[in-house]
Amino acid sequence: MIAAHLPALQIAIPLIAAPICLLLRRESLAWAWATFISWVVFALAWMMLEKTLTGGAFNYELGGWEAPWGIEYQVDAVNAFILLIVAAIGAIVMPYARASVNREIPEHKRGLFYTAYLLCLTGLLGITITGDAFNVFVFLEVSSLSSYALIAMGRDPKALTAAFQYLIMGTIGATFILIGIGLMYQMTGTLNMADLAKRLPAVEDSRPVLAAFAFFIVGVCLKLALFPLHLWLPNAYAYAPSVVTAFLAATATKVSVYVLYRFVFTIFGQSFSFDVIPLESILLVLSLAGIFAASTVAIFQTNVKRLLAYSSVAQIGYIMLGVALVTVAGLTASILHIFNHAIMKGALFLCMGAVYYQIGSVKIEDMNGIGKKMPFTMFAFVIAGLGLIGVPLTVGFISKWYLITAVLERGWWPVAVLILLSSLLAVIYIWRVVEAAYFKSGDDEVVVEEAPLSMLIPIYVLTGASVYFGIETSLPVETAAEAARQLLGIGG
Amino acid sequence: MRHHLVLRVVAKLLIPLIMLFALYVQFHGDYGPGGGFQAGVIFGSAFILYALIFGLENAEKVVPSAYLIALVSAGLLLYAGVGFAAMYLGGNFLDYGVLAGDFIAGQHLGILLVELGVGITVAAVMIVIFFAFAGRGEGDDEEEDDAANDADPVQDLASDSSRKA
Repeated sequence: MIAAHLPALQIAIPLIAAPICLLLRRESLAWAWATFISWVVFALAWMMLEKTLTGGAFNYELGGWEAPWGIEYQVDAVNAFILLIVAAIGAIVMPYARASVNREIPEHKRGLFYTAYLLCLTGLLGITITGDAFNVFVFLEVSSLSSYALIAMGRDPKALTAAFQYLIMGTIGATFILIGIGLMYQMTGTLNMADLAKRLPAVEDSRPVLAAFAFFIVGVCLKLALFPLHLWLPNAYAYAPSVVTAFLAATATKVSVYVLYRFVFTIFGQSFSFDVIPLESILLVLSLAGIFAASTVAIFQTNVKRLLAYSSVAQIGYIMLGVALVTVAGLTASILHIFNHAIMKGALFLCMGAVYYQIGSVKIEDMNGIGKKMPFTMFAFVIAGLGLIGVPLTVGFISKWYLITAVLERGWWPVAVLILLSSLLAVIYIWRVVEAAYFKSGDDEVVVEEAPLSMLIPIYVLTGASVYFGIETSLPVETAAEAARQLLGIGG
Repeated sequence: MRHHLVLRVVAKLLIPLIMLFALYVQFHGDYGPGGGFQAGVIFGSAFILYALIFGLENAEKVVPSAYLIALVSAGLLLYAGVGFAAMYLGGNFLDYGVLAGDFIAGQHLGILLVELGVGITVAAVMIVIFFAFAGRGEGDDEEEDDAANDADPVQDLASDSSRKA
């Protein structure tokens, strides 16, 4: 029974868990419940990925209504992989959350925090799994509204401003997406993705379809924080509670990238997106500009969470660069980097959460000498940071390797040089943290203890994964390659 | 609240009618314009009118915040619960057809329950939002003090005790 209903359960379980979580009045119960549900969701996502990799794509008709009329959930290698990433990060972050949330969020809000987290998880999974264009917008709002609430719970008063800024930008993005979907519906009379893909080519020369594409791309690029539409991201990540930053940085923008893949490749189709509209050059220029601008800004940050947030904008640049290549190799690199970046950034933000837990600050000048006081946390930070730079034996190296190979395959060697140069910028901003932590002496009077085990274990699970998948790459690489082939409609 | 005699009398007359109309919109939603969302907003507005005329404290006596939170979740639970019930009875998630003996009756029952869930949640959320805004700056509100302070334990204690008082 479970096997047949997997796609519905994937969404329905966290959805029904959220109100139950609200009713559990005790904070510890709410946490245990949210953690349990995260692991159930992770198991379901794992089962779905296995099912797609062995048996191919499958769908689920909600309410028993047939596809073009009813809402359909469509699972293939592409979104099963993204679902697994989101669910895995949720499952790893939740055990960590208890200590961090207890330190950062006032007691009477903790139940609401876990409820909002479950709703956010529902929304992110929903965006990914659905085969209905309007449903994407609905789940986008579910995840966005809950993430505004989560970010606003940050301890710093600036969190409220950051959440409001994100709310304004996010709403503009969501509205543009809705306008795009509305125009598509007007021209084709359907909202089902597969049906849209069939009907759009007949009307693709019309102005409303061009407008739909333009609105959609701008809206979704706002949500995924492509330079120069990233302005909401640094503050939102810097001032949100540590757990929220780690969870959102590893999942939210990635899910938006998935939406872009789906609409650009599956619905509008490669020939419309890249031949009729010069999306290739737009994405290429913006992603390269993003990599350099954001990495450079990151170097000058004093708040490490903000530094990592700018680094995220730069990493989105690498992911979009892979899209701009429009080849199987490019898309493989792009999807692979979604996975790898989720692991590395998740680990880095969790380390910062542990530092904040112990010293109440994530400013570089407050972290002097912390490498001696919190050796395990900072060691994990260094390993994950090496991944961000792209040092061999880490996942970051695998991402860059595939990306550069794909770029060279297109003969764009200046771009390959730029990618290597940009890694040097990552060396500088990671080094600034390492330098403060290990080579500057802090105040020895202040006793700082290592983070509790409940925080260290999730940190090391992610850090370990960043090394493991840097050596044994078959799972992510093969899944990403299969997903890329399906998106481009080649083979598989 | 001694003055505004006219308002108080008219509100007392209107509030039951507003609620009745909300229930009409709720349960006639299958056949005509209406449904859970509209009904929920109308039902919530009856409480909001009461709070406007008779004051927030009296309104909070009628529906304490704890009940409202429970109602917010109850509606969504009912909605999702119908979905799971359909799944349990052998249909797809939210496939109302299997809920009753024949398909049509099942569809009726399903949409009725789901819309009731929507109605309950929307009404409760409307009242919660109104209470949250109306209660701002009164000191006992939860949103206000936490956003402003730095989760200072002393202040937290103070706000906790003021809440108890």
